[in-house]
Amino acid sequence: MADIIRRILDGLVSRQDFASIIATGPEQVVRRSQIIYYRDLIWVLVAKELKLRYKNTVLGYVWSVLNPLVFAMVFFVMFKVIMRLSVENYALFLITGLFPWQWFSNSVTASNNFFLGNSSLIKRVKFPRYFLVLAGVLNDLIHFALSILVIVIFMLVYHKHPSLSWVLLLPFLVVVQFLLTMGIALMVSTCNLFFRDMERLTGILVMIWFYVTPVLFPLNMIPPRFQWTIFANPMGSLVICWRSLFLGVPLSPFHLAQAAAWAALIFVTGFGIYRSLEWRFAEIV
Amino acid sequence: MSSDAAVHFHEVTKCYSSSRITSRSMKDVILHLPRHIAALSRKKPAFCALDDVSFEVRRGECFGIIGRNGSGKSTALGLIAGVLRPSRGAVETQGKIAPLLELGAGFHPELSGRDNIVLNGILLGLTRELILKHMAQIIAFSELESFIDQPLRTFSTGMMARLGFSVAAHLNPDILLVDEVLAVGDEAFQEKCLKKMAEFRTAKVTMIFVTHNLKDLERICDRATLLDAGRIVEIGNPQDVVREYRKRLAQP
Repeated sequence: MADIIRRILDGLVSRQDFASIIATGPEQVVRRSQIIYYRDLIWVLVAKELKLRYKNTVLGYVWSVLNPLVFAMVFFVMFKVIMRLSVENYALFLITGLFPWQWFSNSVTASNNFFLGNSSLIKRVKFPRYFLVLAGVLNDLIHFALSILVIVIFMLVYHKHPSLSWVLLLPFLVVVQFLLTMGIALMVSTCNLFFRDMERLTGILVMIWFYVTPVLFPLNMIPPRFQWTIFANPMGSLVICWRSLFLGVPLSPFHLAQAAAWAALIFVTGFGIYRSLEWRFAEIV
Repeated sequence: MSSDAAVHFHEVTKCYSSSRITSRSMKDVILHLPRHIAALSRKKPAFCALDDVSFEVRRGECFGIIGRNGSGKSTALGLIAGVLRPSRGAVETQGKIAPLLELGAGFHPELSGRDNIVLNGILLGLTRELILKHMAQIIAFSELESFIDQPLRTFSTGMMARLGFSVAAHLNPDILLVDEVLAVGDEAFQEKCLKKMAEFRTAKVTMIFVTHNLKDLERICDRATLLDAGRIVEIGNPQDVVREYRKRLAQP
């Protein structure tokens, strides 16, 4: 697993890039070693998380798929069997919203510990601290990528197929959600250093956030006078986009633009908060 | 900063704001709101760990820092490592800095010794390629060959210190920060570390050495300083500094 990721990261910063950078003088050599340093740093941090997550478990990586599936099953029984929600292909409907959501909520919940859990490092070594957040969010992205396979299997069961538009839209949505998740994770992990209440608070807020986001129910079930909540919710339009993509419905450019705008805004805000407080991390942890 | 200086402290003061000291819970802030607002408007730092400190460490020099607990030694190291920012004054450094980590920092107990070498090495600024190249050497230096693939939690404190020093010894730094890590190794390994540090010295690596072991200090360092309550009380040759420190310790 770790090797696959290393290869992916190697691909991101290809050898040719290095060659062209080295060619032009000492200042560029610094840049080159800087890039290698960042690549190695992110690699080692992600590899650490991956190795640790299912260490000493019998099922290992099966958990990263099993866990969201069990969640989906519970909701399925709850809403389809007991409450008889009339949504067609509800199982597929459910997981196409739930899996992206879980990437977001897992990262945000875990982000409380991204800085706090590495206090001894922060006190001693100078390195870009946001890499700890980056590694955590990437780690959950990898697990989300695995769960896309499960979605595809479900799609095939419901006689749906991945379409060519995925080539463009899937990476785009991943980037949008990555920025959004990074932004919130940076805010939460930074704030938790100053106010430990953040940890309890995120637990509650993420739960509320889950129920105001159309994960369990379709958009048209929201009463007209509450439709605005979708616009006010950075995850709202994003979940709608994910679901359209997986269900083979054309994506609304309006929702796409809205999701991207929210993600950009939140990322910039989150990074700004982190940036302005970063210098105090070592004294506060 | 003169051209042969590796570290230069220019009238450095480092104060910690009161939020570091007061409890960090929202309940506390809300319950004691008036006091917190007052603290904000006062803008008076609660505690200064270093107070107007100036000194210079020349390139290739081994510089010792001693002092009682809380005298500002670790803050000085934090400022040199660049993780802390001075409240006033300036800290200048030249070259690649390798902080020798306190026990367990940058190590993960569940990962194997080998994985921890990679993790630690990269965090300290080595490339992965270089670490893998020197892996055999690092393991050999630590003398932990038979344990290296076991999870770190099975290691004793002394074994962890060995691993940490072994990684740092292969960092090829310009400035090495050593903070009281040698104390836990057994005598044979301590001897090995001191020998390695002597090697560094001939290789013109600048070393900043914080310790309570006065004998090591006298043996290794070219110069030393004694800190007391955030101020330099003595700076110069290690024997004099140690004598002054002993004198002060003897006073109640």
